[in-house]
Amino acid sequence: MLAVEDTHAALELSSGWFLENAWLIALIPAIGFALIIGFGKKMPMKGSEVGLASMAASLVIATGAGIQWMQRTDSASHGDAEAIGGAFSGVRGALSASESGQVEPYIEPVVTQWVWWQNSGLEFGLGSHIDGLSVLLLCLVAFISLLVQVFSLDYVRGDRRYTHFFAALTLFSSGMLVMVMSSNMVQLILGWEIMGLCSFMLIGHWWEDAYNSHSALKAFFTVRVGDVGLLVGTAILFFGANDFAVANLDSNGFDIRAIQAWALSGEGSSWTLIMASSALFIAAIGKSGQFPLHTWLPDAMAGPTPVSSLLHSSTMVVAGVFLVARIYPVFWEGFNIANGGVSFIAVIGGITIVVAALLAFVQDDIKKVLAYSTVSQLGYMMLGLGTGAWLPAVFHVFTHAFFKCCLFLAAGSISHSGSHHSFDMKKDMGGLRKFMPVTFGAWCVSTLALTGVIPFAGFWSKDEIIDNVGANGYTFLFWVGLVGAALTAMYMTRATYLTFFGEPRGAAAGIHHDDAGHDEYATEFREVVISSTDLVAALPKSLSAAANVPGDDIEHDAEGDPAHGGHHADEHDDHGPHESGKLILFPIVILAFLALTSGFVNPTPLAGDALGANLGEGVELLKKYVEPRYEPVAIGEAAGHAGESIQLLELAPLSAAEAGADGKDAYATGCGRSTPEPGTVCFFPKVKHAVPELSKILLSLGVVALGYAAAIGFCMAFYKNKNPRLVGLTERSRIARGGYLFLKNKYYLDVLYQNVFVYFVSRPLAKATYWVNQNVIDGVVNGVGTSGKKAGNWVYNNIDQKIVDGAVNASGTVASETGHGLQPVQSGKVNQYGALLFGAATVGAIVLVILNVS
Amino acid sequence: MAVGWTVNLHALIAQADAEPSVNIALNIGFGLIATVMIFAAFSVVTTKNVVHAALYLVLVLAGVAAQFILASAEFLAVAQVMVYIGAVMVLFLFGIMLTRAQIGKEDGLNNQGWQLGIPVAVGLFGLLGYVVFNTFEDDVLDERAPFPTEQLSDQYLSAYLVPFLAVSFVLLAAAIGAIVLARKD
Amino acid sequence: MLAVNFLLLAAVLFCIGVFGVIARRNAVLVLMSIELILAAVNLNFVAFAMMNDNIDGQVFALFVIAIAAAEVGVGLAMVLMIYRNRKSIALDGLSEMKG
Repeated sequence: MLAVEDTHAALELSSGWFLENAWLIALIPAIGFALIIGFGKKMPMKGSEVGLASMAASLVIATGAGIQWMQRTDSASHGDAEAIGGAFSGVRGALSASESGQVEPYIEPVVTQWVWWQNSGLEFGLGSHIDGLSVLLLCLVAFISLLVQVFSLDYVRGDRRYTHFFAALTLFSSGMLVMVMSSNMVQLILGWEIMGLCSFMLIGHWWEDAYNSHSALKAFFTVRVGDVGLLVGTAILFFGANDFAVANLDSNGFDIRAIQAWALSGEGSSWTLIMASSALFIAAIGKSGQFPLHTWLPDAMAGPTPVSSLLHSSTMVVAGVFLVARIYPVFWEGFNIANGGVSFIAVIGGITIVVAALLAFVQDDIKKVLAYSTVSQLGYMMLGLGTGAWLPAVFHVFTHAFFKCCLFLAAGSISHSGSHHSFDMKKDMGGLRKFMPVTFGAWCVSTLALTGVIPFAGFWSKDEIIDNVGANGYTFLFWVGLVGAALTAMYMTRATYLTFFGEPRGAAAGIHHDDAGHDEYATEFREVVISSTDLVAALPKSLSAAANVPGDDIEHDAEGDPAHGGHHADEHDDHGPHESGKLILFPIVILAFLALTSGFVNPTPLAGDALGANLGEGVELLKKYVEPRYEPVAIGEAAGHAGESIQLLELAPLSAAEAGADGKDAYATGCGRSTPEPGTVCFFPKVKHAVPELSKILLSLGVVALGYAAAIGFCMAFYKNKNPRLVGLTERSRIARGGYLFLKNKYYLDVLYQNVFVYFVSRPLAKATYWVNQNVIDGVVNGVGTSGKKAGNWVYNNIDQKIVDGAVNASGTVASETGHGLQPVQSGKVNQYGALLFGAATVGAIVLVILNVS
Repeated sequence: MAVGWTVNLHALIAQADAEPSVNIALNIGFGLIATVMIFAAFSVVTTKNVVHAALYLVLVLAGVAAQFILASAEFLAVAQVMVYIGAVMVLFLFGIMLTRAQIGKEDGLNNQGWQLGIPVAVGLFGLLGYVVFNTFEDDVLDERAPFPTEQLSDQYLSAYLVPFLAVSFVLLAAAIGAIVLARKD
Repeated sequence: MLAVNFLLLAAVLFCIGVFGVIARRNAVLVLMSIELILAAVNLNFVAFAMMNDNIDGQVFALFVIAIAAAEVGVGLAMVLMIYRNRKSIALDGLSEMKG
């Protein structure tokens, strides 16, 4: 019943078991999901072992496929060298002068496909389409999923829906893998929707809380708005590309390769391409949280932290980016990226970078800061794709997954062990670096990576995006990218400061949020407030923390604080801050390591002279293995006699290369620049690669450093100003605490404190501090100058709340009013429904008959 | 044609087999059965006695079985008689008894707004009639021998194997579901 | 015999069934009306099978019979449960879905 169709490569490319059977990567988690749902509750580890095992198996196969893909690419290069070596040895010198050094043939993806279902001659396939991009993302998704599941083992331990949580995580991974390896748009939609469903299930994992349930609905419906675009775009592409695909490639208009080839063939009208790419980009906006539809992503943080980490930062939200990258030729032609057209994608990406970064300033919830940061980084990826920087955008997907996942897991670790399940940075965090050194270290590494500091991963990818945006002629967007980089440094500094530096507040100081939360006075003045229930146990540590504000000698609190030990004795195991367990730290440390190193997969500046290293192009692994080559491919070549045709085909790029050697634009012709020769098709446009320059690298690093300097500078200034007063306050309040020991009542303490000491001595200082707190912390540190905060607030209040939410609310109101009008129809009586159903069907059919007859 | 009101169905079929042209006797037989069916169906939806409604339904379903024979679907006719008249009707009668319907005439079997059904049904019929006449005006059903049952079974066990299995699961699920719903805990 | 004969008979049965579904208040009678509709559909299937000289129509008719049996079983079980809970099987009393 099932027939395997192997598409043979045009060149004699090596293949392998892993490449041919890559579909297992997605199938194993799907089976794992079924097993967990079916038998998970009876298993010794409640089904989590199945999830972990299936992700590990996927990762193994994905890695194998990655290695074999690299071998395949290498074999093409060697075979190619032998094939054209003789005939073109004379011109190889000229060739190596061109950008790529040698003509690199297009590497056919390995497509394994079954007919899923067919309808009137149209076959819908289900299978795997393995090329560099999909291999990269397959490995990434399997890897991150595995780590997040390890993290979840401890994080959601004891949850009442533990088994379902792992089931949904596994199904999500399966959906993402299906989408990433899809060979046609129908399969892509399948995976896309599985992810949407899992996102909904996981955001609403704790649905008993109405907020979570609403957030899940919001995420689902917002993404669904975009999904309409996906369906419309797919339909447009099908009707546009089908004839071409049937005639030339023996496939149909849903096939991704056919769509790529059609878009670059010049046969589609520009209007069709614009419509299709706009519709598809709307889908990407919804899924990847781009500007008008970004509102669901911060709310999606209502889900458990592993979910935020896996779905809403590193993998699922890049589905939109992946969609654009996958059928890039459509966008390339549709938005005229080749000629530097100001594309929809680039504009939306640019807006998203700045808007989301500004919004990140005014959030107190650590996960929301990271969520807006994710939105902002996704904006970078879109910006890159929209301006022709395909490879840097994909590279940024790769690096961003590691460091953002790490940041989220660190936030999860903090809330799990440091802040008593709170995510509020202002209320329940602060000073945690002492208690959670490993988490702090990982957080710092990832923050440096996110902000693009030089040896860390984010630098290589983000800087490459910005560099390419500038090199492709988008000067304004280049500056937008730089401003975004500075803003990133600032809000991450704020988040880091509030979380890890300063003094412990709220739960971080061992205080129950519930008991102390309403006591704004105490928390705002960073006076340690002791809950009445745990007074004796909490006191010594609080005292020591308060007493050691200027000094650094409370490291022992991390492990061996006696008060802390005392906490373990009482009913709240995680009452005071402490470092998380090994299962939580293990993924964080691995991710932090990758956040440091993953950038060296494609360090473009090192390949040239920009940093004085000049290691050659060999270090640009992604460029070699992931980016599809832009050489045209002859139609309908079987593997056997491919050599000749390839030789002939090399003539076209040769002339282009020679034109380049003449000093003119090498990008005037070639795939995506001009119509391919008759009998050939292109699968990928000839994208430019910016040559890194030291000056530009220094510029972007300088901007980031400026951002850091501004943020840290304000912080330091503020705390240097404030510290003496604060110490003064604590010195006095120590006496107050002496009274407190007798009174055992914190409100009483507050009254005493206020009446006896503060009112006469400290109150003016306190007032000043309060003023500084309001106007400097919130106004200056938060936004680095009130303008930052104001802009953030303005954007939040006007654009986010009024325009975006207004539009959402307006549509809701319209729906609600219509609903009221139609309410009598909903009588609840089955017979009336039946009458309506049949009556409406009759009327509809009569209308159709009349239309058809006349 | 001298076919009286006491027309025998089997004789009709034998005649049909003998003369493969448009058969007036067959048409008359069809018309008679159809008249009875329509009358009975109408009674099902209008009678004031629930038990009578069930018995009228038996008449309609038996008529359908007869029409199946005329349309050379013998196996289906037998299945119709066994499943509907044998099993489904018994279920219906049990349902009527278990819900303690009045034996005899009963008011309030219709909704308040039952008149709404008339325009809908009439409109639907107008539409269907028009479409059917327009599309199949002159199509003649050729007289033919009944489809052999093994042909049917071949279809079930080859091309329609998966749906066939699925239907058996549906039946199983329905049986279990009915038990779960109806049992008293 | 004309194809129209069967198809019109089926149309009449179908419309009577629809009328019954709309007009009847007693749940058992509604189920019976649904049986009428299904019988009409079966007639159509068989007529088309004969017209096209293709047995697939009969295959589907048998599927419909099987599904109808399942439907009646579950439907009557539901009616029984409704009766047990409310001591009535009048459908207009079941208006919890009122909007």
